Amino acid sequence: MTMSDVNSTVQAHAGIVVEDLQVVTAQGAAPIVRGISFAVTPGSILGLVGESGSGKTTAGLALLAHARPGLKIAAGRVSIGGVSMLNLSARELRTMRGREITYVPQDPATALHPGLRLRTQLAECLRNPADATDERLHRLLEDVGLPDPARILSAFPHELSGGQQQRIAIAMAFAPQPQAILMDEPTTALDVTTQTRVLHLVRAMAQQHRTAIVYVSHDLAVVAALADQVAVMYAGEIVEAGTAAQVLERRLHPYTGALLRAVPDPDQALVLKGLSGHAPDPAHRPPGCAFAARCDLAEDACRLAPPADLVAEPGHVVRCRRMGQTAISRPQAMAQPILSQPQAAPLLTLSGLGAWHGRQVLHDIAIDIAGGRCTAVVGESGSGKTTLARCIAGLHAHWTGDIRLNGAPLRPSAGQRSREQLRRIQYVFQNPYASLNPRQTIGQSLLVAGRHLRGSKAISRSEILAALASVGLPHRAADAFPGQLSGGQRQRAAIARGLICQPDLLVCDEITSALDVSIQATIVELLLRLQQQRGLSMLFVAHNIGLVRSIAQDIIVLQAGRIVESGPTQVVLSAPKAKETARLMQDAPRFAAGLQVAPARHIAPMVV
Amino acid sequence: MTILHVFFRRQGWLGTIALLLVVLVLAVVILGPFLAPQSPTDSVDDVFALPAPGEWLGSDVLGRDVLSRVLSGGWRFLTMAAIATILGVGVGSLLGVTAALRGGVLDEMIMRLADVALAFPQLILALLFMSFAGSSLSLVVLVIAVVHMPQVARTLRAAALKVVDEDYVRYSRSIGLPQWRILLLDILPNVRTTLLVESGLRLTFSIALIASLNYLSFGAQPPSADWGLMIHENQIGIESNPWPVIAPVVLIALLSIGINILSDRLSRGAKPRLAASEPDDAA
Repeated sequence: MTMSDVNSTVQAHAGIVVEDLQVVTAQGAAPIVRGISFAVTPGSILGLVGESGSGKTTAGLALLAHARPGLKIAAGRVSIGGVSMLNLSARELRTMRGREITYVPQDPATALHPGLRLRTQLAECLRNPADATDERLHRLLEDVGLPDPARILSAFPHELSGGQQQRIAIAMAFAPQPQAILMDEPTTALDVTTQTRVLHLVRAMAQQHRTAIVYVSHDLAVVAALADQVAVMYAGEIVEAGTAAQVLERRLHPYTGALLRAVPDPDQALVLKGLSGHAPDPAHRPPGCAFAARCDLAEDACRLAPPADLVAEPGHVVRCRRMGQTAISRPQAMAQPILSQPQAAPLLTLSGLGAWHGRQVLHDIAIDIAGGRCTAVVGESGSGKTTLARCIAGLHAHWTGDIRLNGAPLRPSAGQRSREQLRRIQYVFQNPYASLNPRQTIGQSLLVAGRHLRGSKAISRSEILAALASVGLPHRAADAFPGQLSGGQRQRAAIARGLICQPDLLVCDEITSALDVSIQATIVELLLRLQQQRGLSMLFVAHNIGLVRSIAQDIIVLQAGRIVESGPTQVVLSAPKAKETARLMQDAPRFAAGLQVAPARHIAPMVV
Repeated sequence: MTILHVFFRRQGWLGTIALLLVVLVLAVVILGPFLAPQSPTDSVDDVFALPAPGEWLGSDVLGRDVLSRVLSGGWRFLTMAAIATILGVGVGSLLGVTAALRGGVLDEMIMRLADVALAFPQLILALLFMSFAGSSLSLVVLVIAVVHMPQVARTLRAAALKVVDEDYVRYSRSIGLPQWRILLLDILPNVRTTLLVESGLRLTFSIALIASLNYLSFGAQPPSADWGLMIHENQIGIESNPWPVIAPVVLIALLSIGINILSDRLSRGAKPRLAASEPDDAA
């Protein structure tokens, strides 16, 4: 195919069409993505939703005719603006990529070249880089709402914030006025306020430039706020697809229902239900429905033969035999949580706390953390919430003021505190992929921590197994290395490492933000159970207001290093007094209280 | 055969060839003294006689049997290289990792000292030491070890700096684990890939340095049989009988190549498993 052919067919079939796409492992030929089809018309957005391992990113990258090393696109058709991507030569592909279809990756910090000024990088993205006049580049930046374009153009990526970097990445994606854009979780690394702005921006740009967008995400709330159409992926298949309203309101596939029960709501405390088990390994998928093993509604027929696509209503397709019989189970509002009475004396008292990271990042923090309760610390990124948690755990020594544990003052750094004090405060980190030593088995990690803090004879093998069992890990996890566990399992192991020290206070620093929603829900269930069974106190640092509402009894709202509001969570969030609290509430993505999706436009019929 | 087969599967043909090279040269070094047909130090023929039956590599500058000298001249040479490497990499990596872990003044002191040492070319530095401290064999080993230390320290510090910032080290600090235990449990196991590559690299450097020093008449002294010394003694006769020079050169080269490929291969195989072959994610 020559370029003139490419140009002549571009107008004919605008948007994205994917038919029967199959991506397999290069060696074993195990299908990672199995026969998926969808279409996105110009100006509309498809949300491709699924948990990690569902094949959503693999399916997304196939739009660029790209498969990551070890995989290959085995069959199917991908058409971008009428050009069939899968049988182009390498040279023709290069002319398509970056012009007709562009890509916004998850982490803008690693996507931008750290050594080139943004002017150079932005100019490269235009169809004809020679056209890169300052005026043109300024307009691109204004489109994505970046002020002071002249300064930004001559800046290097590291001089911008994460949100600004992501806007640059979006500007770069729209710069050549492509037919289609693939966005792979571009807002996952951003705080809610920035996320909301970026989502609005994507929405507006898609319509203004008539671009077809595939938005890959595990975050259902984000997809609900953004997408016209939603396709839910499970084990490499699309199990439910339709307009956002159809899928998210009717949730006819049991998997969609299960996912949605795991999503917290900023407006009310929900009982979050995780999804037990895990998706089948691509090499060992069952002959029948892949979800049957985890499905409450599964019957024998489900396990024998793969389900066919059923049309629930025009444009709404569900791959489930029992679609008609599935009762939509709505998330349950939490009954008044059973609270342990606050003890007479608070467990942890902070007063006049100031902390420095070069400049002062915390100002005059004074809080009491009651025993047996979960206290949430929320705020946008940079508000100092992690620093606060680290001061308490002795990981950040540059602070002044007073932190007392049961009335006894704590020294600034962990090295200066007594073992007894260290034992009573345990820290769980945000990223479970970095918080466990990759060269130690889980059992060894627990043993080192437990023996150090509780005496060298204190910890037996059976106690380690009991600690693992209490966080829902099987015995064999004790002999597994972190690399052999999934993210959710690693975070459980990190919690078990804290528990084996028998702490009074568990400091949880954004511990679910690196995990899928259904895994997040299981971790929340776990923490609530531990709190009730053991009377464990928790300091729960988070940016997700909905999550906080479902777990914490008390809340502290931080802004620019100062507490702007604090009190019982339900009271504070139901009637926010501080402007910052109201803003965080307003920006939190939500859909349970009514979809934010504008009436569906440009809906293409689904290819079934 | 099965061990070799497994090795081949994991390391490919390049790794297997490297392994065979190293084993071959080691066999010559270790078994050589017992296999030598003649005394390595007695004159048995004319000077620089060409190879002939019974003297398969001819004779050298003093009419000694080259084959016997090659077979006998490796073990001391290699032992010295090994000890120098273990000492240099051991102390150097400890310095580098400690600098990374402790930071601050100690880090500055170690690294600035290393910078000063690095400003001299390795060989010049070795010669400098030896010129005022004599040239006994143990001193050669010590000098080579010291020469390695700054570079090893710098490499290991860089590797350890990445690890020091990981959350699992932060956790160990948050429970007040002593520095030496953090170093032993968290840091060293996680820089072992770098350590492995560095050890292989340093072993080849040691070999080259000892050969160079021998060539410059430091270390091994005549009439002892020694590969580096042999190259030096016999270069004047290279046109009459090249074998007394070529044989040790080839053996040193093969060993260096083998060790380098092997350490590179092994370091790739030593990465911790990342693939999630996951047990049940029990809820």
